[in-house]
Amino acid sequence: MASYPIRIRALLKGDVTSITAIVSHPMETGLRKDDAGKTIPPQYIQVLTVELNGKKVMESHLNTAVSTNPVFNFKIKGAKLGDKIVVNWVDNTGEKGSGETTVIPG
Amino acid sequence: MNVTRRNILKHLGTGGALAALVVSGLMRPIAAFAGQWSKPSFESKDMAAAMKNLDAAAAVDSKDIVLTAPAIAENGAVVPVSVVSNIPNTTRISILVEKNPFPLAGSFEMTEGALPDVGVRLKFSQTSNVRAVVFAGGKAYMTQKEVKVTAGGCGG
Repeated sequence: MASYPIRIRALLKGDVTSITAIVSHPMETGLRKDDAGKTIPPQYIQVLTVELNGKKVMESHLNTAVSTNPVFNFKIKGAKLGDKIVVNWVDNTGEKGSGETTVIPG
Repeated sequence: MNVTRRNILKHLGTGGALAALVVSGLMRPIAAFAGQWSKPSFESKDMAAAMKNLDAAAAVDSKDIVLTAPAIAENGAVVPVSVVSNIPNTTRISILVEKNPFPLAGSFEMTEGALPDVGVRLKFSQTSNVRAVVFAGGKAYMTQKEVKVTAGGCGG
């Protein structure tokens, strides 16, 4: 089974926490062909959510146009140092991934 | 009845309370995703159809949306695009790339505490307008700009 490492950083500055999430994912469009001329089947993240201390604060619905190994930048209010940020995703093939971090000073 | 609404109704049995709320309250998913990836919106093949499926056909131009994207992108496979909405009560931001095979690239729904400020890297198949659509208070607003692409990010 393929593995999809995810890196997340959450930096608190003032009362705003900037979240950067980088997911290792092919984001295959289904339009490309391999060297043998065979179409590569699509595989792309459809839903990505961000949770703060277990509560969903952001839900993204995505298409094939999102880049390979996508990078997301979000901003949230109301998080404190040490709070837990979780990012979950699921792709069109049913693969899932998740990662977490704690809020640190920015 | 539009396609999006039909899907919502179809999924009502399994969709749970949020879908029920959308159906009973608004009759259209403009304020909430209802937890469902909208196939008709994401598979729309041109800008007009995508906007219609997003319930954004009546979107008005707004100067309160800050859309940041490079004027010229050397690599269409990785184009950083960010959108900040200064419109009060923004609930959702959608980003569309007009000339892509499927224009709708993504929608971001803010709930408690998330600010209407998102950044993502997108593929551009060719030089195209990129459009940010913002949903706030049940209305849709938009702004767009052109990105010139010197090497495409799709196909190959």
